[in-house]
Amino acid sequence: MTAPTEVLFDAPGPKARRNNVILSIVSALVLAGIVAFAVWKFADAGQLEAAKWYPFTFAQIQLVLLQGMLATLKVAVVAALLALVVGVVFALLRLSSRRIISLPGTIVLEFFRGVPVLLLIFAMFLIFGNTIGPFWSVVIGLTLYNGMVLAEIIRAGILAVPKGQKEAAMAIGLRSGQVMSLVLMPQALRAMMPTIIAQIVVLLKDSALGFIVTYQDLLYQVNLIGREYNNLLPTFLVGAVLFIIINMIVAGIARWLEKHLQRKTTAHVDAEGLSAKTVT
Amino acid sequence: MKKLSMSIASIAVGLLALSGCGQGGSPDAPAEGGGETKTAPEYTVNESADVADSKTWQAAKDAGELKVGVKFDQPGLGNVKAGSKTPEGFDIEIAKMVGAELGFKPDQLKFTETVSANREPFLQQGNVDMVVATYTINDERKKVVDFAGPYYVAGQDLLVATDSDIAGPEDLAGKKVCSVDGSTPAQNIEEKYKDAQLVTYDTYSKCVTDLQSGSVDAVTTDDAILRGYAAQFEGEFKVVGKPFTEEPYGVGLPKDDKALRDAVNDALQKGMDDGKWKEAFEYSLGSADGVKMPEIDRY
Amino acid sequence: MDFPELLRLFGSGIWGTLKLFTVALIGSFVLGTILAGMRVSPTPVLRIAASTYINVVRNTPLTLVMFFCAFGLPFLDIRFGASSSFNSFVYATIALTAYTACFVAETLKSGIATIPVGQAEAARAVGLTFGQTLNEVILPQAFRTVIPPLGSVIIAMLKNTSIASAFNNRELISAMRNAIELRGDLVIAILFGTALAYLLLALILGRVFDYLERKLVILR
Repeated sequence: MTAPTEVLFDAPGPKARRNNVILSIVSALVLAGIVAFAVWKFADAGQLEAAKWYPFTFAQIQLVLLQGMLATLKVAVVAALLALVVGVVFALLRLSSRRIISLPGTIVLEFFRGVPVLLLIFAMFLIFGNTIGPFWSVVIGLTLYNGMVLAEIIRAGILAVPKGQKEAAMAIGLRSGQVMSLVLMPQALRAMMPTIIAQIVVLLKDSALGFIVTYQDLLYQVNLIGREYNNLLPTFLVGAVLFIIINMIVAGIARWLEKHLQRKTTAHVDAEGLSAKTVT
Repeated sequence: MKKLSMSIASIAVGLLALSGCGQGGSPDAPAEGGGETKTAPEYTVNESADVADSKTWQAAKDAGELKVGVKFDQPGLGNVKAGSKTPEGFDIEIAKMVGAELGFKPDQLKFTETVSANREPFLQQGNVDMVVATYTINDERKKVVDFAGPYYVAGQDLLVATDSDIAGPEDLAGKKVCSVDGSTPAQNIEEKYKDAQLVTYDTYSKCVTDLQSGSVDAVTTDDAILRGYAAQFEGEFKVVGKPFTEEPYGVGLPKDDKALRDAVNDALQKGMDDGKWKEAFEYSLGSADGVKMPEIDRY
Repeated sequence: MDFPELLRLFGSGIWGTLKLFTVALIGSFVLGTILAGMRVSPTPVLRIAASTYINVVRNTPLTLVMFFCAFGLPFLDIRFGASSSFNSFVYATIALTAYTACFVAETLKSGIATIPVGQAEAARAVGLTFGQTLNEVILPQAFRTVIPPLGSVIIAMLKNTSIASAFNNRELISAMRNAIELRGDLVIAILFGTALAYLLLALILGRVFDYLERKLVILR
């Protein structure tokens, strides 16, 4: 995948290298200027006062943020596992050769894929919230949407396994269920793992919406601290940093899996191309 | 695998460091008004309370807990502070006052967070036994739930900077006024004060942040909610004090439980008569001077 | 509030969603293309800048991106006009653009990776500069190969406009909130109506992209 981008231009010569250095310095200066301007403006508006940041030095506030972070992770983990299950089920439904099975699968899939996840979570909460509570409202909302996206990813993965694999499996006498569960699905999942994890990062980000249905996640606590100490902006900044750290760790795991798992599959999937399939 | 376990280890260390470097205790909210610590009102529990005619009451009594739906994000009315599990505010005090009269100790009340959109479903499906959550009594809602009270008549009002010259809704022309998206106060402004520029967010705290930075000129909602913010930002903001709607706050109850409704009405009446209501008000919202106690509507 | 009035409310909601969507669509294509170009450019600093930007913004929940636009930019004295609703509209489209552009850029970059090496080699052999190679040869082909995944990104953006309701934008979700406040007895119908409106818009968009795919896509 690096090949085509490298042929887009010649190896830099001495002049280009000098230009690069100059450009780097100039852009570093511009960037520093922008940062300085922003800091100056925020300081001017009193957003950098010690009083606005002071609460974060207390163990109690850190604990609240940590609890929020754990709550967000909890909802994301449960929803991710369920979404995988839903994804496998709907991928199989859609791959079924019988229209009576594949058609309803497709309709349900298109419905939940076409609706904003915010609306799904909100609807779960308003319709079933009294019996299932905020936690499950968020989990089910996230599961329905991301499960459908994962179903499409897994389906693409199954279709990408070379035909010979299926034919060979059938030739040695496996039943179609066995072909799927022993041969095709494991390879598809492995091939698609980076894409699946990228979608899970999306799910993790969407789990930030839990606060609208009173689930006490990271953003709920961020709103709460910001309200109490009148430091909405600093608190959101802290919240964003925490989110970015979590997501980058998960994205790092995706890259690691990409490197280590793809050798074990025959499916020829251009991982770069497929990562575009994840849907925010 | 090594890299992965390394990164997990480093997160763990990071978290430890994070929790290890914090100071003990809790930071004082810098803008909290008053200064002197007020003592919470105490309510005498009516041990002999008996509303056996009410299924809801009987079930709550048997379970030993009364489930109350309240707001968690309205300073002064129903609000949870960072790191705390228990809400506080005027609604909470009213719930404790009524609860005590119905024979429940304060620690037997179980508070559940409700938002505006799910108060009816919560009551209808028995998730909560009563709702004390800035709940305006109106005919649409009476179709599906019952109301005791009102225990307070709020009105839509304006929160402005202390030096603002806005003295009422008629001064809003050309001004920016902030409220919560889709709420009744926002709709009122949109319909009746078309010259004002309405700004809407998902929470009032965003409105207050905008008011502080001067991005909006006023925040509008029920005066009781605004009083909470005015108390938090003493000297910075004031409530205009000219309510232009009437929002009688009621205690929401399951439909057709007359025995419970009567008992709650009696409890509210008793609280207003023996001064507990005033104590609760002053404890949560500040001076009760000029605040009228409402007439209970036993419809 | 009776049925025609509810319909009118939702009509204006759909209009608000479409406005946000259209402006952010154009913006994210422009910014996304620039970012993709930066990522494959010969200048290391541009590559680093683009990939840092993409990694940070892509890993931030959109609600937070929007929050920083709506509450951070005013502190920097970045305002657009005196009207608060227009101002908020611009903030929301900036946030949507900044966020979606990352996904457009990543998609385009993977599209660039699928263009056969010979194309770029030929372009350079005839003496085109990097900019010309990219603009005249690579990007037109890359756009065509990634139409289907780009369609998913754009449909996702349509749904992401829903987040703007929390930041002073009147669109479908705020129409829904209004309707629920007024008619608490119709909650489920209102929720379904809103879902259908989004589905309808997504369906139309899906059709448009199917059409583009048939017309333009290059099969390899």
